[in-house]
Amino acid sequence: MLKTRMSGNEAVAHAIRQINPDVMPAFPITPSTEIPQFVASMIANGEIDTEFIPVESEHSSMSAAIGASAAGARTLTATSSCGLAFMWEVLYVAASSRLPIVMAVVNRGLTGPLNINAEHSDSMGARDSGWIQIYAENNQEAYDNFLQAYRIAEHPDVKLPVMICQDGFITSHAVENITLWDDMKMKKFVGEYEPQHYLLREDEVMAVGPYAASGYCMEAKKAQAEAMKRAKQVILDVAKEFEAITGQSYGFFEGYRMDDAEYAIVAIGSVCGTAKDAVDAMRERGLRAGLLKIRVFRPFPAQEIADALKNCRAVAVMDRAEGYNAVGGPLGAEVMAALYRAKAKAEAVNIMYGLSGRDVRVEDVEKLFDELVRLGDGEQVYSETCPYIGLRE
Amino acid sequence: MVQKTFNYKELQSRPERLAPGHRMCAGCGGTIAVRNVLKALHPGDKAVIGNATGCLEVSSYMYPYTAYEDSYIHNAFENAGATLSGVETAYRALKKRGKLKENYKFITFGGDGGTYDIGMQSLSGAMERGHDLVYVCYDHGADMNTGIQRSSATPQFADTTTTPSGKKSDGKPQGRKDLAAIMAAHGIPYVAQTTFIGNMKDLYVKSEKAIYTEGPAFLNIMAPCPRGWKYDAPDLIEICKLGVETCYWPLFEVADGKWILNYEPKRKLPVEDFLRRQGRFQHLFAPDGGHLIAAFQAEVDRRWEELLTRCNA
Repeated sequence: MLKTRMSGNEAVAHAIRQINPDVMPAFPITPSTEIPQFVASMIANGEIDTEFIPVESEHSSMSAAIGASAAGARTLTATSSCGLAFMWEVLYVAASSRLPIVMAVVNRGLTGPLNINAEHSDSMGARDSGWIQIYAENNQEAYDNFLQAYRIAEHPDVKLPVMICQDGFITSHAVENITLWDDMKMKKFVGEYEPQHYLLREDEVMAVGPYAASGYCMEAKKAQAEAMKRAKQVILDVAKEFEAITGQSYGFFEGYRMDDAEYAIVAIGSVCGTAKDAVDAMRERGLRAGLLKIRVFRPFPAQEIADALKNCRAVAVMDRAEGYNAVGGPLGAEVMAALYRAKAKAEAVNIMYGLSGRDVRVEDVEKLFDELVRLGDGEQVYSETCPYIGLRE
Repeated sequence: MVQKTFNYKELQSRPERLAPGHRMCAGCGGTIAVRNVLKALHPGDKAVIGNATGCLEVSSYMYPYTAYEDSYIHNAFENAGATLSGVETAYRALKKRGKLKENYKFITFGGDGGTYDIGMQSLSGAMERGHDLVYVCYDHGADMNTGIQRSSATPQFADTTTTPSGKKSDGKPQGRKDLAAIMAAHGIPYVAQTTFIGNMKDLYVKSEKAIYTEGPAFLNIMAPCPRGWKYDAPDLIEICKLGVETCYWPLFEVADGKWILNYEPKRKLPVEDFLRRQGRFQHLFAPDGGHLIAAFQAEVDRRWEELLTRCNA
């Protein structure tokens, strides 16, 4: 165990060093570029012997990852924003081929206008591609999540690719304190990859990527959907095992001062650090405030989220990705659907924040809690279904 | 290692690696290309076969049946080069770590749409990075799987569903992209252009060289399509022969940068002999179509002279 300080990108690279995967195709894009850079230098220095493929695009990055993973190699890549968008088509191929690829996603907004800062429009756009999505609040979580990723992806009950997401620049580039776990303990925890069927298995041949007519295709999709459901238990089991070694506790989400919370914020990523400060400030003022920080967005723990919010009077679901659907963002839609299914009584509002890296301050979240109190009292607080915070007047 | 002699009988006795029962059309050049390229694998050698989306893929690996005796991967339309570069890299990684003992060869097939056009970037990247694989383009001269749309491999004046000939159209306005030259410009160890001639010796020799030359190799195989070119299925071989004898589709290779002409017709036939056999060029033979045939001939001549210059340099 080593207490040190590093950026989120460096933390992920450190996890990669400890795992020493077989193959990594990657193409540079801000703000994830540092990850392949760190890997390339670790290879050059002889610290790891991963085969690096300097592909000519992200589409080829994911395509080569699919080839390598199907061939039997433990495979990873990293990307952001437009790079992830360029992979779109083949993200579905990776998931439907049931390939346990792990991808470090450093969240950045999709272009329009061009911007390089934190937003979730990239991975949220890929939310229905069949990939497991695990989000981090800070560098420690990005590191710990990456260490758990292969155990989830490669589990026989799952066999699905995993995105390990962190916020661009805010997490990927900011240097923060971190605890690194022992190399040998992590190597043992992650273990050797022993695939069952793969292209290069010497005693059998196999074919990957069929044309499947309507007589067979729906069954494949149902089987894939079932794997995503089974991933829930595996994610919890792996987290438990990780906790036994490191003492770090992970689940589908983190409830911060949620036990008796009457007013809650639901959010993903680095904004949760800010929100925790706001929760503390509101508690000082006597308000029963809490935060539900979503860690696992795919599979979506709908029932568990509804249970965690069931005693709240009002809830604000914060989205860092516009849905452009004239209603709100993706987290808002899914959390509200979960509340409706659970027949929850809480008032709920979807809040848009932090687009294209717009800063969110503690005061912004405190103001939100003030509004939640009024919302809980039945007051008509908002004039639109998804109000923006931090927008220039 | 490349074998010195061409033994037709021995070749025919080799087990088929593309099994019968697939759903490709009768008279399809693509099927002949795949079957014969795979025959060039030495018996006993293992291989992983790749495939871009196209008629070959949807006809040869239709769940739950595959026509391939070897391991096979299809990913998408535009990424056969990148996909197989991933497989080949995994091979090196697993071999290095002692998880794999046997030797494998890597061959991927793409139609002209998946190769000249949408897959060009992925192909270029795979060639440039130097993966030890063979990319085989079965060149149908149009996007046939989707229903005969023009590609950059389609020759000028061809009638396709997106360049139909008509009162105000002579067919495709542009000429054919010279993909073999573009691949040669990548400086890879081996590039060859071939088609189905005689007992397939040219195709076999080039396939074997491509497979057993270390590093990236590219084969461009003219593979007529009976539906798109509009010919009677049994005419396939005759059309290929005319393609070569008119110098429309010369047989050549570029080995370590050296351009080599493999066949020079004793008497170069007029290109209209090649065009006349195909329904897609019938509008060229209308009473007012003479200038189009002349223009087509001029382009064939220009390219042929250019090739001779390269080969005699």
